[in-house]
Amino acid sequence: METVTDKKIVIETRDIAKVYHDSKIAVQALRDVDLEISEGEFTAIVGPSGSGKTTLLNIIGGLDNPTAGTIKVAGRDISKLKDSERIDFRLHNIGFVFQQYNLIPVLTARENVEFIMLLQKIPVHEMKARSLHLLEEVGLKEKANVRPSELSGGQQQRVAVVRALASRPKFILADEPTANLDSASAANLLDMMARMNQEEGMTFIFSTHDQRVIDKARRVVTLEDGIIKSDEVRS
Amino acid sequence: MMFKLAWRNIWRNKRRTIITIVSIAFAVILSSLMRSMQLGSYERMIDNSVRFYTGYIQIHKLGYWDEQVLDNAFYPPKGLQEQIESLDGVEAAVPRLESFALASFKTRSRGAMVIGIDPEKESHLTGVEHKITEGSKVGLNDPRVLMGSGLADYLNMKVGDTLVLISQGYHGVNAAGKYEYFYGAEGLLTAMAVVTDQPKDVDDVREEILGDLDTTAYEVMGWKTMMPELIQGIEIDNISGIIMLLLLYLVIGFGMFGTFLMMTKERLYEFGVMLSVGMHRSRLQLLIFSEIVLLAILAVLAGFALSLPVINYFSRNPISLPEEYKTAFEKFDIEPIYAFSNEPIVFTSQAWVVFFMALVLSAYPLYKIWKIDPVTAMREGR
Ligand SMILES: Nc1ncnc2c1ncn2[C@@H]1O[C@H](COP(=O)(O)OP(=O)(O)OP(=O)(O)O)[C@@H](O)[C@H]1O
Ligand SMILES: [Mg+2]
Repeated sequence: METVTDKKIVIETRDIAKVYHDSKIAVQALRDVDLEISEGEFTAIVGPSGSGKTTLLNIIGGLDNPTAGTIKVAGRDISKLKDSERIDFRLHNIGFVFQQYNLIPVLTARENVEFIMLLQKIPVHEMKARSLHLLEEVGLKEKANVRPSELSGGQQQRVAVVRALASRPKFILADEPTANLDSASAANLLDMMARMNQEEGMTFIFSTHDQRVIDKARRVVTLEDGIIKSDEVRS
Repeated sequence: MMFKLAWRNIWRNKRRTIITIVSIAFAVILSSLMRSMQLGSYERMIDNSVRFYTGYIQIHKLGYWDEQVLDNAFYPPKGLQEQIESLDGVEAAVPRLESFALASFKTRSRGAMVIGIDPEKESHLTGVEHKITEGSKVGLNDPRVLMGSGLADYLNMKVGDTLVLISQGYHGVNAAGKYEYFYGAEGLLTAMAVVTDQPKDVDDVREEILGDLDTTAYEVMGWKTMMPELIQGIEIDNISGIIMLLLLYLVIGFGMFGTFLMMTKERLYEFGVMLSVGMHRSRLQLLIFSEIVLLAILAVLAGFALSLPVINYFSRNPISLPEEYKTAFEKFDIEPIYAFSNEPIVFTSQAWVVFFMALVLSAYPLYKIWKIDPVTAMREGR
């Protein structure tokens, strides 16, 4: 059985803290978060509502900056990047799957999958081939030319995962990807992600409340009030 | 892909897009019609006044225009007529001798303007021979005169009657006869009117004539100087017309802004996703800007498509004014019709206004995109 340290570390946080000052009282969303994530992991970030899951994923994804501490993603200190460099960094290194409405409503499933590759300037033929291949992989070939409004919530989320995969990121961040799905669709999505993790070696980090989803993770990081409460690797 | 995305995005909310397009198109139609009618009436007024009598350029003895009396007539330098007619852009030089006289027939008499013309040249300017209602054309050495029907009616004269004119001649000379002979002004002119091929050539032609003439003895005037009231009247009317248009566009501008505002607000979440996954702000701005420009193009095209046939029709078939206005217009020597102008400026100016407004108003969504960060966009846009 492989261990975490055998593999290359893709994410490394040191003493990360995040304080929100938007409201009258400052909210400490994260404190002293030390976390290392290696290539090929299938990790769940869990914890009650308000525990800081989204905040942590946003910081790892380069969408937000920590108030204190350092963060290295793919070997780079992303908190030092300028806005446009940061956008480019996300484009080429990070795949995102949000809780809902991931897709551009006026584009078909396939065009949505191709959207990021288009931004990455991947050659058209390669882009076309990859989008169709991946949609086929997840059983959505028939839905390739259909717009998101005609897809179920579960199908939309699968397209979102495929879109992230297609761009060949270093890892995929999914913030409660199953929160708006019924349990069957949620299980289906997780199975698909697990398969992509196995077959393509894609690193997945996802947050969730859902016990059945937690059960599928191979590593579970638990947050409570912005602090890592536990970190367990399962076999 | 960008274009596809922009095109599909504007049809995302069909109703709103159609309402926006229709309201802009409506403004374009309304303002095109208004402008067309206004510019048409100016063209008509200028044409009526200029073509009807003065011509676009006149040459006089220096000082004639300020004191329009026979004593300010001049002997045209030899070859002047030919010289002017040989200039580029000149259609004809039309000599005239004007003064006043008391016209009488039997027991009635009335003050009248007497104009000596060269009938052949005159046809280039006023085309007076086409306006004869009774009798026939008058030749150069003809003992007959052409009378205005108003004067003839007043004096109770018919074709063939003999008119008596009494006046003082050049430098007090008394004489009998026609025109220059009548005024003892043989060879004299009060004005040489110049007909240009195109109204826009006037300034160039005038410059050229000035270059060839002794400016201490002659004055060369353009129609704008000869008819300052006309120009002023047009300018005032034009300004009020433009203010009306601005008000109209102000209203439309608010509508457009509302649309752009909603286009931005309702897609904030989507913008957040796009920025998150790696779309550059500038690219996103370009997308939104394309949508706005596309919308403006559609609206302007729709406006033109609907107003062009109407304007074309009316420019060829001017609207006749109702009877009660006719007399009023005729008093001012203006044809009692409403003509529409189909000068390209009528349309291009509308297009520019709409594009300019779209450009200015797009600043808001573009600024918004520049400022938002993906996390807040996704939180606020939910
Ligand atoms: N932009 C913000 N401004 C102020 N406070 C914020 C902001 N974002 C998050 N918070 C606060 O930070 C804390 C952590 O929030 P976060 O969204 O990371 O939690 P979460 O674990 O993702 O919760 P949930 O399960 O409800 O999604 C909460 O107390 C939240 O109210
Ligand atoms: Mg959250």
